Amino acid sequence: MDRLLRTCAVAVLVLGATAAQAQTKTVTVAVSIPAADHGWTGGVVFQAERAKALLEARHPGLKIIVKTSPDGASQANALEDLTTQGIDALVTLPQNSDELTDPLRQVKNKGVFVTVVDRALSDPTIQDLYVAGNNPDVGRVAGEYMKGKLPSGQVVVIRGLPIVIDEERQKGFDAAIAGSGLKVLDKQFGNWSRDDAFKVMQDYLAKFPKIDAVWCQDDDMAVGVLEAIKQAKRSDVQFVVGGAGMKDMVKRVADGDAMIPVDVLYPPAMIATAMELTVANFYDQIPVRGRYIMDATLVTKANAKEFYYPDSPF
Amino acid sequence: MADTLRDASAAPPRLPRVDWVAAAPFVALACLLVFGAFVSPSFLSLGNLANVLTRSAFIAIIGVGATFVIASGGIDLSVGSMAAFVASVMILFMNTELGGGGVGTLALGMLLAAGVGSMCGLLNGLVTTVGRIEPFITTLGTMGIFRALTIWLANGGSIAMKSQDLRTLYRPVYFGSVGGVPLPIALILAITAVGAFVLYKTAFGRHLLAVGSSEDVARYSGIPINRVRTVAYVVQGLCVAVAVMVYVPRLGAATATTGLLWELQAITAVVVGGTALRGGVGRVWGTLCGALLLEIVGNIMVLSSFVSEYLIGAVQGTIIIVAMLVQRSLSNRNRA
Repeated sequence: MDRLLRTCAVAVLVLGATAAQAQTKTVTVAVSIPAADHGWTGGVVFQAERAKALLEARHPGLKIIVKTSPDGASQANALEDLTTQGIDALVTLPQNSDELTDPLRQVKNKGVFVTVVDRALSDPTIQDLYVAGNNPDVGRVAGEYMKGKLPSGQVVVIRGLPIVIDEERQKGFDAAIAGSGLKVLDKQFGNWSRDDAFKVMQDYLAKFPKIDAVWCQDDDMAVGVLEAIKQAKRSDVQFVVGGAGMKDMVKRVADGDAMIPVDVLYPPAMIATAMELTVANFYDQIPVRGRYIMDATLVTKANAKEFYYPDSPF
Repeated sequence: MADTLRDASAAPPRLPRVDWVAAAPFVALACLLVFGAFVSPSFLSLGNLANVLTRSAFIAIIGVGATFVIASGGIDLSVGSMAAFVASVMILFMNTELGGGGVGTLALGMLLAAGVGSMCGLLNGLVTTVGRIEPFITTLGTMGIFRALTIWLANGGSIAMKSQDLRTLYRPVYFGSVGGVPLPIALILAITAVGAFVLYKTAFGRHLLAVGSSEDVARYSGIPINRVRTVAYVVQGLCVAVAVMVYVPRLGAATATTGLLWELQAITAVVVGGTALRGGVGRVWGTLCGALLLEIVGNIMVLSSFVSEYLIGAVQGTIIIVAMLVQRSLSNRNRA
């Protein structure tokens, strides 16, 4: 009896496998992303692994290879290695656009479908699909929220690092609050680090007797800012606006924390959007070529649940 | 060589006149304080000075260890990554709440941090001495190892203390004060005093300076060179652990950016403080001065309104070079 059952089970499995093989289409997608060297890239790695699991479960013939690289040069090597394995599509978040444009051109020349995420290449003809967040909007949305909440007031700004992303966010912010009653008292770089942001905020608090609000571009830095305000026991600071969508900050928004009333989204999950669209191109015959620019959504108490990933490291 | 030896071990008691070499970092620090007072009225406020001194605790404490390593003729590039790694292990342990979730957990966490820090230092020391690998390369290697381990433990995100009660209990170690003196400042003074005592008043300290001054002479004098060198790295690891004990209560978390570039700041503090990179001389109090100097320069930059945020690095670099020039001209006067 036992043996009979087992034989039946094996037969069913074999039949099932053959049937699946007949209808599955095998597609290999490589995902090349930066190694998790800070919170946001940590989120990218997490979301890529999560999307891989979801997509592979949905499409039995699909194989997704996720490869992380610590810098531009090793990413270029990784791209070569991945291409020689024979891939149908590449989803990549390049470490550095200039450095990786040529290696990506070579991948493209092999007939691979190329999806570029977040950082634009110097030659946009290489990419089939471009998925990115909207940096100027990260600044604009933050600026407009602050302008709406404070008809007049004094604001301090903590920037990230002097690179393009930071510049775009800053310009968006400046444009949004231009002509309003908001006055920017000071701008300094906090290097997207909570320790440095803590120091800068301590110094701001020593320098300015009255600060109404803080814009700090990034949720990691908001952690340091909040701690500095708490230490100084200053009640003049009404709220802090960060950005990106770190889970701790999204949670504070959801919980109705008065110091963190909103967050501005620049989600690491955009890598998952890119993978989803790329795979749809192969399996579902859906046209996806083009540019997909995500909104810098304002996360409020009402919609915070949508953007909360409790298991993510970021 | 004889000159450096004399500077290090016996200069203060034998010379009746002012030892300008030792005094130079303090003079530079005083100049900077005056400069700061001119730049911003809020600079000399008690709150601001307390903030800055407290903030300098990490580099000042790590700098004491770095003074030992550099005086012994070595160098340690791994301290920043080591701090991040020790902090991660400490927080992960405290999240298990072994030891009751209160003071017991904190004490065990600190003990563990001290143990892990010493082990990391021992690793650096053994690879350098027994493995006979240049300390620059050894610690460059361990720098990568500790950093990667931290990122791996954190999954690329951050490791935060989970228990809010424990955080509240631990918070005063950074934010609290005893008799009006913030705790970290008291700790800096204590660690520096202990460091100075060990380096100047004990046999180990004298051996260390001898090894750093001339390895051959030290060997012929019967000093166990490898042991002395290795212990210097262990002292460094222990100092990193103490710095971490003050760092963790501040933000209650370790991230991939924790301790980034601390190694360079510590080495700069040591050199600005008057310790020569070639070894044989160690100025523990000077290092404290150097650490304060670095932190104050950053503070003045933010408080002042006339430097563009893009140019701060350039101005900081200039101030450090000027401070070194002041120091150099004072020490020349000493020789004359």
